[in-house]
Amino acid sequence: MNNKLIQLTACGLACTSLIALFVVAQSAHAAPTSGAKIVDVIREAQQKNVKIYGAGGIRGLEAFQSGFLISAEGHVLTAFSPVLDSDTITVTLDDGRKFEGKLLGADPRLEIAVLKIEATDLPHFDLAQAATGATGTRVYTFSNLFGVATGDEPVSMLHGSIAAVTPLAARRGSYETPYQGPVYVLDAMTNNPGAAGGALTNLRGELLGMLGKQLRSSRNNTWLNFALPANEMVEAVENIKSGKVAPVTTVTEKNRPAHPLAPADFGLVLVPNVLERTPPFIDDVRPNSPAAKAGIRPDDLLVFVNKQLVQTCTTATEEFSRLDRDTELHLSLMRNGEMVEITLKTIDE
Amino acid sequence: MKSTIRIGSFLAAVVFALAAFRSAICIAADSITIDPSVAQAEKARIAAVDKAMPSVVCIFSPGGQGGGSGVVISPDGYALTNFHVARPCGTFMKCGMADGKLYDAVIVGLDPVGDVGLIKLFGRDNFPAAEIADSDQVQVGDWCFAMGNPFLLATDFHATVSYGEVSGVHRYQYPAGTLLEYADCLQVDAAINPGNSGGPLFDAEGRLIGINGRGSFEKRGRVNVGVGYSISINQIKNFLGLLKAGLICDHATLGAQTSTSEDGRVLVSDILERSDAYHRGLRYDDEIISFGGRQVHSVNGLKNVLGIFPKGWRVAISYRRDGKTYDTFVRLMGVHTEAELLAKMDADKELEPPGPNPRQPGGRRPGGQRPGQQPKPGEEPKPGEQPKPGDRGPGQEPKLPNPSSDVEEALQNPVPEELKKQFEERTGYANFYFNRENTNRVWKALASHGDFSGVAGPWTIEGEQQASAKSKVTDEAKKIAIHLADAQCDIELPTGDTNITVSKGLDAQLNPPGSGGLLSALFLWRKLLIGGPGKYGQVTYGGTVPVMGHGGLCDVLVAIGNDVETLFYCDPTDGTLVAMEMYPDDDADPCEVYFSDYRADHGRLLPHRMEVHSGNNVFGVFTLTDFDLQKAAEKSP
Repeated sequence: MNNKLIQLTACGLACTSLIALFVVAQSAHAAPTSGAKIVDVIREAQQKNVKIYGAGGIRGLEAFQSGFLISAEGHVLTAFSPVLDSDTITVTLDDGRKFEGKLLGADPRLEIAVLKIEATDLPHFDLAQAATGATGTRVYTFSNLFGVATGDEPVSMLHGSIAAVTPLAARRGSYETPYQGPVYVLDAMTNNPGAAGGALTNLRGELLGMLGKQLRSSRNNTWLNFALPANEMVEAVENIKSGKVAPVTTVTEKNRPAHPLAPADFGLVLVPNVLERTPPFIDDVRPNSPAAKAGIRPDDLLVFVNKQLVQTCTTATEEFSRLDRDTELHLSLMRNGEMVEITLKTIDE
Repeated sequence: MKSTIRIGSFLAAVVFALAAFRSAICIAADSITIDPSVAQAEKARIAAVDKAMPSVVCIFSPGGQGGGSGVVISPDGYALTNFHVARPCGTFMKCGMADGKLYDAVIVGLDPVGDVGLIKLFGRDNFPAAEIADSDQVQVGDWCFAMGNPFLLATDFHATVSYGEVSGVHRYQYPAGTLLEYADCLQVDAAINPGNSGGPLFDAEGRLIGINGRGSFEKRGRVNVGVGYSISINQIKNFLGLLKAGLICDHATLGAQTSTSEDGRVLVSDILERSDAYHRGLRYDDEIISFGGRQVHSVNGLKNVLGIFPKGWRVAISYRRDGKTYDTFVRLMGVHTEAELLAKMDADKELEPPGPNPRQPGGRRPGGQRPGQQPKPGEEPKPGEQPKPGDRGPGQEPKLPNPSSDVEEALQNPVPEELKKQFEERTGYANFYFNRENTNRVWKALASHGDFSGVAGPWTIEGEQQASAKSKVTDEAKKIAIHLADAQCDIELPTGDTNITVSKGLDAQLNPPGSGGLLSALFLWRKLLIGGPGKYGQVTYGGTVPVMGHGGLCDVLVAIGNDVETLFYCDPTDGTLVAMEMYPDDDADPCEVYFSDYRADHGRLLPHRMEVHSGNNVFGVFTLTDFDLQKAAEKSP
């Protein structure tokens, strides 16, 4: 039995190498464009990448990740992860300059976030002008995987090809991710610790996408190397940049409604707010409450309250307090790794 | 037997696959046109692999229970590998090469901090050697390929090729404790797996640019994750002379701690008062601008440059204080004492290099990356299990899978008697045999320029001191005379006469004042020339070291006699003595004497120019014109 298995594996390996050989034979060694030298293309792309440092460092969570500049004024696109759940986010540019990054907003469905640093004239990728890749497109990936680079050390470059363009939903249930749309699956070992948020380019150095988080299949224990296509992110990034996904603001007396609401008004009980940054998990849902009728369950995690990102119990409660009785409540919840959208009518109904 | 069948069916599958591949190519050739540049690139790649392949070595420990990879770097059989491959093999190992033959090899030198081992293959005088490149020219995006014996697959000794690109250059990877530090290394996405350790990294032209030794394996088990590290060949060039000396060599430290300031300057945050850096003037809070000819922008950057230099080398440093820049040379101190290094080597039986150490601004080490918290070899995370933090290098090399019976038999062959003679055990040395050989070689070359054994009597050397702003020597009073003899030496200088009495101890009389002990140095110079290493005391070979004002590296003889340590530097091309340094004690500045302008004098080559330095000062520059070297007096007085 065992022997058979091994032989099967051997055959499998042989076939894989056959495909690999064929791909190698087909792919060009030639310069990507006439004139531009590969090392220059890579160097130019590296200068648009940043190293991001924030929260983490416990239970196997890295306190660092990657990102890249998408405007000359310091907008940084990166992965939305616990690293950003920090009072201080440090963004280190290619030239070694360090800036404090302000979290402008995030799209938890795409798991992307936009940071802003106070700088100008920065080399950057133009997200709107990004290229698209197809199966077989040869790519460069740029990231600070394993935190190898610090200070003014350039981020790491790994090369490979797009092995498939396919929805992540194809593996639904295997990978815990709220995003189910199309991704570039890569044939290189790119999605390592700290790589999330790194840039994916073609051989001309044009942006194709952003390296996703580390995803391991719960079925066969393999890791997926993938990137989010740039065009999937354009709208969300524009919304964040333009403030449509409102930045976190403090509730002032001025904009406080006459009859502010609380989660309890909808039948929601948040977990006890014991930490400075307690994640806004639902602890309990009162029977027959609007929340219960809408299908909200204990252990759901509040991510958005009316398109406003909430990362802590405090900010969640604050967002509720901004609601007036006549408004519609829209919630985005994370449940078992998937995003659930729920709209609630106000309690007066 | 079963295992052979299994390998057979695997091979059959591969052959089948290759056959299919060939026909696929034929079809492709008929139906599509391949861009000539693609065909050209493929041709070049095949040529590079063909060029590199013969030099690659598959290393097996005695009995074949472990091993790794290596690469031959000279036709006489010297081959590089990792310390963590060579060390567990012990004294002798077996090396398979692409010609299908298994060669015996012996350990020569070890660099435990740099993770480099030097071995010497036996059985040919024309081993195919790799062409060595300049790894400082390597750029991110360059094609490269690793060769070696991952998972010890190559039972036919044909190395595995894994092709990739350079992901990063001048990378710094933290050591495990103080050993296995990868400074200024190359990062590649070519697959580096267990068993690749010690194997070569080649550039696209098949030239050697590094020695592969470690990867970032964090939560994905002990296989390639696209991040491999290669010790740069340029770093190894600095250590090669020391490795060939049969030494266990140590890396260097400045003797100072540094930190990066908020505005990105590298500042001295602590400094040892007995370090040469302190003696040369470096102080707390000074800003280090450049080191070893490289601009320094970060602590990592400084560590990178420090890591490529052996202990004892003198390296240029520029530092700034109060807006003023100072340029000087510092003599680097060892990371360890000799005893410490040996103890650490024995303690680190496992030889597991850690993975990268993700650092944060301010140098805070994120939790969960604690060194030493590493998965067991072969441990794979189970489904649903929280990934474990910690990471590792190839470290423990793989066991030989399914060796064919004739390979197994060949691995059991005894070490040839002739090779056994090329090993000599001595504390502090990987193999003292090679040290003795080199001591003899350097002395032979030095002695070829003149036989001084017949002039063991008093020596008188006359000449002039060259004028300098400092010494204010006038034309009338610039004559000098030096008298060297067994019991007493003296010197007549424009500034006055001084002498030493040998029996009172050379280290106690550092005359003339300010020279650091010129008379003692010259006494020892005469002693070496007359008696040779045999009669000097203890003379060993110290490898190759740069000498100020002399291009290239010089051979060093480390001579201990009359209670002082003296280093004699010889030009490796012509064997002449270009400099000597006499150390009256460990922490004092040595007396440095630079000899040049060698001319024949009574059949002996003698230096007609002598420059004397001590500490930050040039004591004097002397033109030597007349040598009167007398025979030893008759025995009966």
